[in-house]
Parts: sequence; C-alpha cells; structure tokens
Amino acid sequence: MQGVITDSTPNIALAEASHAHHEHPDHRVFGLIVFLCSEGMLFLGLFAAYLTFRAVSTEWPPAGTPELEVMLPAINTIILLSSSFVIHQADHAIKKDDIKAVRWWFLLTFIMGATFLAGQVYEYQHLSFGLTSNLFASTFYVLTGFHGFHVFVGLTLITIMLIKSFQKGAFLGGKHYGIEAASIYWHFVDIIWVVLFLMLYIL
Amino acid sequence: MTQVIVQAPSSESFEPNKSSDKGKWREYFSFSTDHKVIGIQYLVTTFFFYLIGGALASVIRAELATPDSDLVPPELYNGLFTIHGTVMIFLWIVPAVTGGFGNYLIPLMIGARDMAFPKLNAAAFWLIPPAGVLLISSFFYGPSSTGWTAYPPLSILTDQRVGQAVWIASIIILGTSSILAAVNFVVTILSMRMPGMGMFDMPLFCWSVLSASGLVLIATPVLAGAMILLGFDLLAGTAFFNPTGGGNPVVYQHLFWFYSHPAVYVMILPVFGIISEVLPVHSRKPIFGYKAIAYSSVIICVLGLVVWAHHMFTSGTPNWLRMFFMIATLLVAVPTGIKVFSWIATLWGGKLRLESPLLFAIGFISMFVVGGLSGVMLGSVPIDIHLHDTYFIVAHFHYVLFGGSVFGIYAGIYHWFPKMTGKMLNEFWGKVHFFLTFVGFNLCFLPMHLLGLQGMPRRVAQYDPQFASINVICTIGAFLLAISTFPFLFNAIFSWIRGEKATDNPWNGLTLEWTTSSPPIVENWHGDPVRRTGPYDYGMGLQDTEQPLAPTH
Amino acid sequence: MNKSKTIVIVVVLGLIVSASLWYGQHNGLLPIAAANEADLYDSLFNSLLTIAVAIFLLVQGILIYSMIKFRRPKGDNTDGEPIHDNFLLEIIWTAVPTVLVIWVGIYSFDVYSVMQNGRPMSMGMGMPAMTHNHLGMEAAHADSLVSDSNIIESANTASNVKANVKTETDPLNIDVLGMQFAWIFSYPNTEIQTSELHVPLGREVKLNLSAADVIHAFWVPQFRLKQDTIPGMATSLQFTPNKLGTYPIVCAELCGPYHGGMRAEIFVETPEQYQAWLTQEQEDVANSRNDGAIASAPSPELSDGHTEFLHMQLTTQSQKMGVDLKSLESLHHLTSHT
Repeated sequence: MQGVITDSTPNIALAEASHAHHEHPDHRVFGLIVFLCSEGMLFLGLFAAYLTFRAVSTEWPPAGTPELEVMLPAINTIILLSSSFVIHQADHAIKKDDIKAVRWWFLLTFIMGATFLAGQVYEYQHLSFGLTSNLFASTFYVLTGFHGFHVFVGLTLITIMLIKSFQKGAFLGGKHYGIEAASIYWHFVDIIWVVLFLMLYIL
Repeated sequence: MTQVIVQAPSSESFEPNKSSDKGKWREYFSFSTDHKVIGIQYLVTTFFFYLIGGALASVIRAELATPDSDLVPPELYNGLFTIHGTVMIFLWIVPAVTGGFGNYLIPLMIGARDMAFPKLNAAAFWLIPPAGVLLISSFFYGPSSTGWTAYPPLSILTDQRVGQAVWIASIIILGTSSILAAVNFVVTILSMRMPGMGMFDMPLFCWSVLSASGLVLIATPVLAGAMILLGFDLLAGTAFFNPTGGGNPVVYQHLFWFYSHPAVYVMILPVFGIISEVLPVHSRKPIFGYKAIAYSSVIICVLGLVVWAHHMFTSGTPNWLRMFFMIATLLVAVPTGIKVFSWIATLWGGKLRLESPLLFAIGFISMFVVGGLSGVMLGSVPIDIHLHDTYFIVAHFHYVLFGGSVFGIYAGIYHWFPKMTGKMLNEFWGKVHFFLTFVGFNLCFLPMHLLGLQGMPRRVAQYDPQFASINVICTIGAFLLAISTFPFLFNAIFSWIRGEKATDNPWNGLTLEWTTSSPPIVENWHGDPVRRTGPYDYGMGLQDTEQPLAPTH
Repeated sequence: MNKSKTIVIVVVLGLIVSASLWYGQHNGLLPIAAANEADLYDSLFNSLLTIAVAIFLLVQGILIYSMIKFRRPKGDNTDGEPIHDNFLLEIIWTAVPTVLVIWVGIYSFDVYSVMQNGRPMSMGMGMPAMTHNHLGMEAAHADSLVSDSNIIESANTASNVKANVKTETDPLNIDVLGMQFAWIFSYPNTEIQTSELHVPLGREVKLNLSAADVIHAFWVPQFRLKQDTIPGMATSLQFTPNKLGTYPIVCAELCGPYHGGMRAEIFVETPEQYQAWLTQEQEDVANSRNDGAIASAPSPELSDGHTEFLHMQLTTQSQKMGVDLKSLESLHHLTSHT
C-alpha cells in the first residue's frame, strides 16, 4: 500500500487513494486471514499436545481402546472437502454479481456442512468410549469437539449470509465481504479437518 | 532532495466534529471507537489494575518481613502471589503497552485517521474490565493459589476449584482481547501507512508493536489450548495432565511456556519502541542504528518463539532439549544488546534534557541491563539449575519487567501526557516520583539476587531465619515503591484537570503525532497529515522547513 | 582522538576489567560448596559474574558520564549532531556479544556434561517411567552428543576442580519421594525409610526421584543441584559430596500451602559415621517390626481403612516425618515403587 512516486512528478492521484474520504480500502479480508492464522495456532497447539502424548506413551492408543471406525469419518471428510469447492463457486458467483447462484451454492454448502455435523454426532453416539475413558479418548473428543464447534460457527455465518442475500442489493457491486469471509472461514475449517482426520484416524 | 508535494488536495476538506469539552469524560466510559479514547481507556484501566497488583505485593512483602508465616493464612498467601502475577501480566503490562500506547500512537505515527477496525478495537478493550473484575472477585471465595503458572497436578487437585476455574476463564478472555488487538495492529501497520511512508520510514515504535503483535497472534492461542485442556482436567474428569489417568504434567508446561515466554517479549518490545521514541526527542539526536533496531525487533520476535523451555531446565526435560534451548536463549542476548548499545549511542553526544521522560528512559536502560545480564546468566543450564525457582529469578524478572517495562511505561506517560490530555505534568513532582521509584525499586529487588543465590526459594511465606534481615530491606523498598506512586497519581490527576496547557509540540518532536493539536481532534488532522521530515531527523536543520518531505520509496 | 583522552579511556577500561575480575573471584555471593558439582558450578558462575560486572560497570559508567557531560546547557535549544550510525562500532557490539554468548554456551555445555557424569546427552532424563514408545524413538542417541573423554578432561582442567574426592566407583542409589509436605528417603536393599538423608563423603550418590501427589523439586543449595520430582515420571540427580556437614534440602516447586515448610536435611558424614547410622536404622526397622509395623510397611488391614490400626502404625518416628493419615494412604498407594 505504499505510494511509489518518482522524483519529479507530482502524483496527486496516488495520494488520494488512501485518504479520499469515502473510499476506504477494505482491509477486512486481510484482517480475517490474520485472525484465522492465529486461530490455526490454537489447533496446532492441541495437535502438538496430542502428538506429544502419543510419542511418550508405550502404547497408543492406550490398552483397551477400541479401533476407530474410519469409513464414516472418511465419507464425512469427502463431504466437507467437497463443500469447500461448493462454497468456492459462490465466491466466483458473487464476483459476477450473480446473487441467485450464490444463494444456491450457500444452501448446498449448508446442507453438506450440516450433514458433516450430523455424521459427527452419529459417530459420537456410537463410540464405546467417553470423554474420560482414557487419554486418547479425551484428546479425540476435545479435538473433534473443538473442530465441530468451529464448523457450527461456520454454518452460522453461512446462514446469516444466506439470509442477508435476500435483502435488496445485498452483496452486489463489489461489496461482498460477507460472502468472501464465510467462504474463507469455511476453507479454514476444512483444512483443519484434513489434518485432524489424518492425525486421529489414519496415522 | 527534490521538493515534492505529497499532501493530497482534499476535494472535500474535512471538518471534524467540534464536541464541547464538557461531558467529554463520558466518552471514556462508552463504547467509543476512537483509537485515542480507547488508548486512554486502556491506560487508565490497566493503571488501576497495576495499583491492585501493587497492593497485593505490599501484603506479600509485609508477610515476608518476618521468617514465619504469621500474617495471612497460607492458602491465602499463595492466592496473593498468584493473583499479583496474573494481574501484573495480563491486566497491566500486556494491555497497557499494546492496547494503551499501541492504540493511541500507531494511527497518529503512520498518518492514519484511526485503526483498521475501530469497532473490533473497542470490543477488545471492553473484554478487559469484566475479566479483571471476575479475577479479582475470586478473593471473595478463594482465588487460584497455584501461581500464575498454574502447574498441574497441583492446579487440578487444588482445594480452590472455583477460583482456579475462574482464573482459567479470565486468562481465556484476556488472551482473546489481546489477539483481537493484535489483528488490528498488524493490518493497520502493514496497510494503512500514509502514502510515501515505507516500512523503513515509520517510527520504531511501530516496528516494535508489529513484532509484539506477531508474537501475540502466534503464541496466545497455544495458551488458550493449555487452558482448555487444564479446564477439562479440572472440571470434566479428563486426565491430560494428570498422571493418575495416564496424562503428562510436562506437556502442560510446554504449552504454557510456548506462550508465556513470548509474552515477556510482548511486554518489553513496545517499551523498547517507547524508548526509541523518547530518547531522540529529549537528546535532540537521531536514533542511532534505525535499521539495526528495526531488524533486531523482528529477530527477537522469531527467536523469542524458540526459547520457551529455558523455564523448564529442572523439569522433566531430556538433556538434549535443555542444551538446544540454552543455545537459543543465549543468542537472544545479541539483538537485545544491539538495541541497548544503539540507545546509549543515541544519548552520547546529544543535548540531554534531563526531565522526567528522559530520566525514566535512562533509568529504563540502566535497570533493564541489570535484568538482561542476570537473564543471560540464567540462560546457562547449569547456572539455572541452582537458581530456578529461587529469589534470583524473582529479582531477574522484576528488573526486566519493573525496571524495564514499568520504567519505560512511565517514560512514555511523561512524554505523551501533554499530547493525550493537552496538559503538562508537573516536572518537580515528576522528578520526585522518579527518585522515589528508582530508590525503592532497587532497595526492594537488588538484594533478592543474593537471597536466591544463598538458598531462598520463591513462592514461600516462611523461610530460613538467616534471610530475615535481607527480607526486611526488601520490604522497606517495597513500601517505598508503594509510596512513590502517590506523587505520580496526584500529579496525573491534578494536571489532567487543572494543569498548565500544553502546546501542539512541547518537546519539539518530529514524529507525526506532534504535527496535530494536543489533544488531537477526532480524526487526528484537519485535511491530510504532512510529513516534513523523517521521524528522527534532528540536527539536520529541517525543523523549520515549510516543505513537506519527498518520499524515499 | 588525542593522547590524553586515549590514556583516560584505557585507564578506565583497565579499572573496570580489574574490578570485575576481582569481584568475580571474591564475590562471596554463594553458600559454601559441598560437592564436586558445586565447585564446577562456582567456577562457571564466577566467570559469568566477571563478564556481567564488566558490562554493568561499562554501561552504567557511560550512562552517568553522558548525563553529566551531555546535559543540555541552559538556554541551548539547538539539536545535537545528526549521527545515524557507525558501521565499525555496530560490528563490534554485535560480534563481541556473539562471541561471548557462544563461549558461555560452550563452557556451560562442558560443565553440564561433567555434572551429568559423562552420560550421553540424549533422552536420558525426565522421560516417563516407560522408555520404549510407539514411534520407536530410541532412548539413547549416542552419536554427536555423547560427551567424550576430551570434553570431560578439558572441562575438568578448565574449571580447576578441587578435591575431586571419590572413594567407591559405584554410585549409592537412594530413592526419594516428595509429597505434600515432606521428603521420604528409602535406601534400596534395606527397609530403611527416613526423613533424613544420610550420605558418606566422597562417594557418588544417585537419587531416584519421584513424587506422590503434585510436582515438587529437590534442591540442595550447597550442591547447586535441583531437579523437579514429577508424579508418574522418574527423574534423577547425582552428585559427589566433598565436604562434611549438614545441609538443607529445600522444596523448590510450589506444591501447596505449606511449600515453604517442606524441608529436610542431608547429612554428609564420614564413611564410618554413615555406616553406623545405616546399622542403627536397620536395627530400628527390625525393632519396630516387632512392635507392630512401621507406617509404610504394606499390610492387608490398611485397605480396610481401619482407623485404629492406622493410628498404631503411626510410630513416633513416622509422625516426626510429618506423615499423617492422609499421606499414609497415599504412601500405601505407591509402595510398588522402590
């Protein structure tokens, strides 16, 4: 955001870019990305804890932990990953001011995300270990639980934007921060899940 | 230097709201989104918590005046030093230097009207008072008493379960506040500098806040992770850190210190920035080694993230790990040394205006060096093994946090009070404040080095009677420190209300905040800010120039 | 720079160096050194203190000098010289500290290696009681980090270790249990459990540390050695005492309300005194067994929670140790540890 001014040419237009009173450049996307990097560190810290517990245990998972079923979570992963592509279409659409397409893409993303959460709940109900059963169980529930909470927040954002999209002129003319934000946040949630899934179920 | 007009002709000249002075005080209790109001809200609120932390310290030192545990019940004593540490870190220094000085000064120094996200700014501030009240009110039913470090299993098995849970909650809220503020600083500093102001044209205070914010963003969430897992252990029956359930207490320590070490750099970097601003103005000399200081801030930020286990040299850590962290820790001394020497070189040959801002700034350098030297000694694993968890550590961190951060904060307050309030502080009482603080501080903390070396552990209410006379000296110093706050308080309050009016630029500074009124108008400048010089161009005959500065990038 | 200025600077620097060297060696800040490790420590400490004092005097001196010499003359509102940098100076004050800290690092590494008694600098300390783990990370990577004889030799000569007294080569193993708020010492192959630590002069001692409830830390200031005791984790400490006397054992990790009162004593005795004490202790054990069991001997009745029986178990000795009903139960919980 720096003005590059050559030696002898007064360049007034440049100076006005940042200070013309009504045209404030939108820093919100930058801000959101910075925030999400920070939020990612929360998960990284929890991942580090999980990996450390694993590294220093003689037996992992601790004796008596039933084998985790991978099929359902794998399907869930595919659903969540695909939903990122779906919401990305909405991002494309709003940049072409196609608000109708945005609504459909967002609705589809919502359904896929809700399915993911439902799948998680189903999995929780059918697990034979609880939060306090052993160290693996505790980390499993806390990690997937926190991620699930973040998915829930994402679904809330999507819902809010979806509702807003029915207002007249919403998100048109380049003022589509809400759509973009929901989309970026959703990608974040997806990336975290991929790492989580690999760590908990595959490795 | 070709003279080029950088100032944009404002097509709509901006007329600020001329709010009347009466009733302006109400703003400070509101959800104002003005960075200057928020900055002052932070400074006043955090100072209030500083006084509370100080009161707790007074009781601690009163107990320690005698070798027996005879003043307060032992569990309460542990609560006193726990809350003292927690308050001083999370409710005083961290928010004061980032939220307080950062918010107030950054937009002004880079020629912006406000921070990137003014509403987020206000939200971040308003998390502080409730979290503080929550924490302090735990004294009514039994505060956390496991130290500000809250090591499990003690913190899981504690009798003060509610107090411990409340402590965890407060930390999470305060950490969130810190993160939100840091997002604002990073975006503002990187994106909102006025046209023509490149990264190496901005004042060093901006570099220091940028570096500190980077640390906050990377490290604070890991603390949140530690708190979440600790909370689950405390309340939900999990055993992340409880060995009886298969957990590992050392994992907590790693998570905790991954944040808490960078936290000390968060507490000192902005203060480094303050010193870099105060010294040139009051020595009438450019800052020595601008680029070196800027780069060293970033290096400290990076190195600061890989030294945390030097707090764990006597813990369940393998030898190879201790050696690695020793080396990284010792290396941090180098960029820090570069800064200190650069500051001294700034003073050298200057025209020193030995008034309160500069007295505190020089006091800062003097005391911080002592703390830094004891810190380098502690970086050596064998040396630290004897000294860990003793009064030597208490001496070390009070030298860097009080002798460093607090002295620096006072330097900043004396320097920018005129700008913030439009009034001058009384200089005589400023000097009284400085001398009482300097003497009281050293009397209290210098002898603690000896106590630690001789065998007195920390976090105790009873100790070997051979240490009694030294402890009495420390206690006297502490009470002197307590007394020293009064001249400052009276000075600040009285001057704010009825002090001598300040001009726009009472110190003849060159950074942008001095080019507007004291206090600044709502959107900081009428029209656009004009850079006439670089931030440290003293002695170059530029001050009287009418021409604005040609951009260098 | 003129001649007289140079002389003054050289003299001042000379004074600073001499003062630092003197104070470094005669600081009297540390308690007496009662173990080989402490002697090593003190040499390192004195060296570091010398450097620290020199830097301190230099910095404070320049600051005070500046405040006097460069004070703004009254009425002078002009600026100083616009000096922004000095390449040579900046190189010097970057390079010198770097060299210094590298030297400190190497010296410390050496001292630490010797304190660990030549054991490989690998994952030898502080791992949980089980050492083989899931990812196959071996417990000893002995390659580049092994302290070879060169390092030990040079450290020994470099640090002027005096009275490297050693009589037997086999370390004396003692188990140490930290609990709220007492230390209990067990001598393996005997049934001695005591609240006093007795060791013979000149023999290497290896303490096997553990904790019953929360984290404690075992610290003897006169040995300059400290190690946390962590529940669920085996840690250790070794030393060779080289001075007769009685020294405090201080708990150095916050462990609850009576953390400050958690102390014991270590008695460094002549081998004869030590043997005599050992024999006496073993007799006491045998005698108390005849009277009806020492506090910590495992007994089926304990699991009943039979309060009366428990009271009988609390002989005067164990009461002196600060063992009460609560700690008795937790002790019983851990009798599997030896």
